[in-house]
This record gives sequence, structure tokens and C-alpha cells, in this order.
Amino acid sequence: MIRLEHVSKTFQTKAGKVHAVQDVSLDIPEGDIFGIIGFSGAGKSTLVRCMNLLEKPDTGAVYLEGQDLLKLNDKQLRRERQKMGMIFQHFNLMESRTVFDNIAMPLVHLHWDKAKITARVNELLELIDLADRGDSYPSQLSGGQKQRVAIARALANDPKVLLCDEATSALDPQTTQNILALIRKVNQSMHLTVVIITHEMAVVKEVCNHVAVMEEGKIVEQGDIVSVFTNPQQEITKNFINTTNNARKIDELIEQDHPITRLQADQVLVRLQYKSANTADPIISTVSRKFDVDINLIFANVEIVHDTPIGQIEAIFTGKEADVQKALDHFRNSGVRVEVIKRGSLLS
Amino acid sequence: MAAYFPNVIMYADEFPQAIWDTIYMLVISGILSTILGLLIGVILVVTRRGGIMENRVVFWILDKIVNLFRSIPFIILVPTVAVLTRWIAGSTIGREAALVPLVIGTAPFIARQMETAILEIDPGILEASQAMGLSPWEIIGKVLLRENVPGMIRGITISMIALVGQIAIVGTIGAGGLGDMAIRYGLYRSMGDITFVIIVLILVIISIIQLLGDFLVTKATH
Repeated sequence: MIRLEHVSKTFQTKAGKVHAVQDVSLDIPEGDIFGIIGFSGAGKSTLVRCMNLLEKPDTGAVYLEGQDLLKLNDKQLRRERQKMGMIFQHFNLMESRTVFDNIAMPLVHLHWDKAKITARVNELLELIDLADRGDSYPSQLSGGQKQRVAIARALANDPKVLLCDEATSALDPQTTQNILALIRKVNQSMHLTVVIITHEMAVVKEVCNHVAVMEEGKIVEQGDIVSVFTNPQQEITKNFINTTNNARKIDELIEQDHPITRLQADQVLVRLQYKSANTADPIISTVSRKFDVDINLIFANVEIVHDTPIGQIEAIFTGKEADVQKALDHFRNSGVRVEVIKRGSLLS
Repeated sequence: MAAYFPNVIMYADEFPQAIWDTIYMLVISGILSTILGLLIGVILVVTRRGGIMENRVVFWILDKIVNLFRSIPFIILVPTVAVLTRWIAGSTIGREAALVPLVIGTAPFIARQMETAILEIDPGILEASQAMGLSPWEIIGKVLLRENVPGMIRGITISMIALVGQIAIVGTIGAGGLGDMAIRYGLYRSMGDITFVIIVLILVIISIIQLLGDFLVTKATH
């Protein structure tokens, strides 16, 4: 749907050049919910603006449905932009217009006739659950309601793409959930391609099918959400994942030499990760019996990442070296990712 | 009454004309300078660096012209533009002729007020309208001129009040009005009671402008 090829954008500031986006190539499939995550200043907002050319890339190509946007003149570009709705962190509603008029804005601009506009706006007000607030002004709405109006405005003329620039970052967690549910709903009902820019892993985890991790203007890692979540390659990706759970709490505890991480000579501290398919078997007790190994759970956690449960356990294994080794191999053979975090003196 | 305001009573028949002249100049030059100021203000916003119709040459020239006319004290501006006044109004004396320096003096002031008001609009709203596919002209009409109407009204109110002061000054070059009366009678002939009444009248005019401005701001704020 949207394809970026070697897109770069540099800003000239007083402090020198800022390479906001560096050689980014992305392919966002039709109907997908695609997340782009990064810390502030990573260049993700610039990247999403390169998709509708609010920022013109210095080099590279931007394709929308195979159409090279950089080759269009201003008028043609404005027509293509109408295929892409956009919502923002601070909603950017027109304070001087009512909710109704805000949503009608893109339609008035397209010279729809009045009856058709009224029908469409009422339909959208229904969709965002604000049917009785058409005459309110944005200043009379809560943040979540404003964002819903912004979504309705972005969707008014039936675009094919919805670009969300930190759309939930100014909202509380409960409201964030509501907005994400609405985005998921329109993604399915309108067959809309959605691009979500965020710094919150929880958002990506909740709705995205694919995710790209951005750092210093570059995409450092990308893939489908479950594989990125279960098998992160980059340090920054791991950090983001840690923000949504306390799975890496163990590393902190080891660093602090917390008593629960102090190992006996014949102990080993292990991290086990598994996906939905293999959660049903009573694998831990089986292994424990079979290989004569004691398994003491320290942390256990199940994440639901885009409908897929992902489990993670940190446990201390106690036993003879050979038995522990066999136990770990058994886990590996059952499709569980095994990572030895720390070993006791006998087992090193 | 006669004891306190002898001259006011003696020249009472001149007041209606003076009030009318002042209001005439206020309304006509007010409307003209607001239109001109709004136009210049919008051009300054859209042609500036990063504006939606960026044009550094136009911006630079207009910006300097506005600064130039704003830096000339009004009493010096009046004779400075006399040639232009004669060319436009056919004379340099009288009510109509006074409109020329009044507009030239006030429009740049309003232009800056309009520019400031428009620049107060959240850039995010402009971004949203661009993302919607609005053309620069549509953005001017539907966003720039609409999103900070209260700010614009406040700017116009301040400018109109300043304009009342300038109308008093052009009175001295034969434009008539309350300022002219205050100088001729109040100052040159030491008729303090006339000055006093004129001050009260000008105070009333300014209060009406301020009240009207405040009322419109309340109406335009959502």
C-alpha cells in the first residue's frame, strides 16, 4: 500500500544538520496495522510525514498504491493526500468549528452536496459514539473525545490509509484502549491500512500486526509483531519490550545481587520463552520428574501480543550438571527458547 | 451649567459636525485599514520562511515597508505622504484627504496585529488541513482567517483606539473633527471647558470601541 525506498530527510538547524530519517525502506501491506516505534527524536514523526509528503524527503521514493508521490505536482499530490487520513497527538481540531463542521471539513472541500455531507457526518458521529455532540465545540470535549472526532474527520472521505502520529500519547491508558479499539474496528470494517507512530510498546502490542523499530533515523529492526516480541535482536527493541512487562526485572535483581538470584554451586538461572502452541503441556513438571532436576520459579509472565499468548519464565534449576543440560535440551527441543542467565560455580 | 461651560454653550452648534467628522474618519479609515492590514498580515504569514506560499522576496519587501511606516511618527507621516494624498484625494486638506495618511499609518499597525493573531494558530491545525489535501488558498480562507478571530478582533480594537488618537492629529491639518476643535478653541483660545468636553466625548467613543470589541471577542470565542 505504502512503500518507502531509501528515504532520507535532513534538517538544517542552528546546531547543525539533523539526519531525521536515514535511508529508510519500508513496505506497508494493504489492510495492515503497522507500528513504528522509537524514542522521541528517533525520526518517526518525520518518517510518517514523508508518507504524505508533509515533509518532502531529500532522497528516495514514496509510493502509494504504486504511484510515486514525489513525481506529482501540487494539485495531484493534494488529491492523493485525500486517500490518507491523518491524526495527531494533539488532535489538531479547528477550535472555531463545531464537531459536526470539523468532520465535514474534508467533504465541504470536495464540494459534496449538503444532504450527503449531513448523512455522512451523522454516520461518522455514530461510529465514534458521539452522535449527540455534533453541535459541541472541541473545547467542550475530553481528550479521548477529541481524538475520536479527529479520527472521524480523517475517515470522512473514505481514505485508504490512516496515519496516526502519537495519537494516544496524550491520553490516559483507559482512553488509549478505547481509541485503539476504534482504530482496530475501522481497520477491519473499512479495510483501512493503518500506520501507527508511537513510543509506547503497549500500543504496538495491542493492535499492530507488524512493527518497525526506529533509532537515530534508521529502522533497526522490523518484522511481524510476535516474532519481534519473542525474539528481539536489538538492544533498543528489548528495552521497549521491557517497558511493557517486568520480564527483565531479573537483570536488575542480579545486578543488585538480590538474595533470590544468589545461586548455590549446583544451580543455574534460566529464562524460558514459549508461544501459544506449547503452553498447554505440563512441561515443567514433566522435565522435573524425568531428569531429576528441581525447578524453582522466580518470575512468570504471559503476554498477549496481538492475540498470541507469549509466556516467559525465569527459574532456577538445581541438579547434576548432566541432568540440567538434558533438561534444558528437552525444553529447546519442545520449541521453548532457553537462555542461561547465570550459573552456579559447579556448573560454569 | 453656563457658569462652568460658557464656551461649550457658545459653540455648541459646532459639536455635531466635529463628532460626525471624527466618526466618519474613524469608520472609513478603520474599514479601509482593516482590509488592507488583513491582506498584508496574511501575505506576511504565508510568504514567510516555512509558510504555505513561501516567497522570501515578497516577505522581505513587505516586512520592511511595514516596519518603515510603523517607525515614522504619525505627525511626520502626514506631510511625508502629502504628495500621495494629493494624487489620491486631489487635495491635502479636508476630511477625505485625511483618510490617506490615516490608512497608511494604521494599516501597517493592523497588519502586524493580524500577523501575530494568525501566527498564534496552532501549526498542527495547518498541518492537519494540509494532510486533508486543502490548497493554500483554502487554508487561508478556511483556517488562517477563521481560527483566531478573537485574536484578530482584539488587534483591530487596539488599532481603532490608536486610530482615534491619529484622527485628532489630522484635525490640525484641516480635517476637522474633535481634535481640530480641541486645538482651535481649547488650546489656541484657552477654552478649557471645550477641551474637557472633547476629552469626555473621545473617552465615550473609545469606551464604545472597547466594549464592542470585548463583546465580539466573547461572541467569537468557543
